[in-house]
Amino acid sequence: MRWLAEVHVSLRLGIADPEGQTIAGGLRLLGFDGVAEVRSGKLLSLSFDAADRPAAEAAVAEMCRRLLANPVMETADWVLGVDESTAIGVHA
Amino acid sequence: MSGAPRVAILVFPGTWSERDFAHVATLLGWRARMVWHTEVELGDADAVVLPGGFAHGDHLRTGAIARFSPVMPAVEAFAAAGGPVLGSCNGFQILTEAGILPGVLLRNDHLEFRCDWQSLRVERTAGPWLGGLAQGETISLPISHGEGRYYAETTVLDDLERTGRVVLRYADANGAVVPDANPNGSLRSIAGIVNERGNVLGLMPHPERAAEAEVGGTDGLRILRSLDAWLVAQPALAERRL
Repeated sequence: MRWLAEVHVSLRLGIADPEGQTIAGGLRLLGFDGVAEVRSGKLLSLSFDAADRPAAEAAVAEMCRRLLANPVMETADWVLGVDESTAIGVHA
Repeated sequence: MSGAPRVAILVFPGTWSERDFAHVATLLGWRARMVWHTEVELGDADAVVLPGGFAHGDHLRTGAIARFSPVMPAVEAFAAAGGPVLGSCNGFQILTEAGILPGVLLRNDHLEFRCDWQSLRVERTAGPWLGGLAQGETISLPISHGEGRYYAETTVLDDLERTGRVVLRYADANGAVVPDANPNGSLRSIAGIVNERGNVLGLMPHPERAAEAEVGGTDGLRILRSLDAWLVAQPALAERRL
């Protein structure tokens, strides 16, 4: 079965995020005075095969632990679902 | 040790300082060998250098892909056995990703790539790479990086300080470690650290780019030349073969 995991990697809280701060400053310059904070990160869309949902969950967790996020500075969370497409990049 | 030091210079796709290191190796009389990242052994190397650059395009994170290169288990074993390892710039980033050195190098706090000469205060001179320097002196080396902001948890930083493993700090021309002299926002102005045993040095500056007076300075040559005397004093290590 093919699964789609949208993995969100972000800097751990407490680590200065100058990119997020710069974006927040840009938004305030545009007049969005209510912007309190912007945290930057990255989104990784993974399309992969696994037998069932527990196996897919375990696979994503292991991929995050071993490569996708460095626990010294980052955290990762994800949304997992069935991949209805045949190839990555065609999701609506 | 007999003869000139044998130095393995690692080359990943995207490494850019390996030829500068090889040039300095020639100046020093070393027998240098480029080791492509898919090789799985280091041969008879007395020391290993991880040069700067953008290994695997720095994709995902600096050093994140390089740490899984086939050559890295040999580097980890070499380091664990006490062999001298130097990682400069991207090489430092790879060593932290591999867990051979603690912490991580984050994007510069000002978000700019910084390429300049940088004054550094020498905090410690122990180990294979710093013996030619004097504790407390101020040296000057080029820096060239976009991700050099050293970060580690406070407990890790405290441990590094307590055990004398912070070896280089960003400083002004007088050797004063002040915020204005910090080019990237590194915590505690850390520019270089060593592992617990002291045989692995990671530093953001480029010693290989400061090896001839014609290009602006020779403090980098002094760092790399330190290896010669250290190897002579460590015959057992120098005879080790991996």
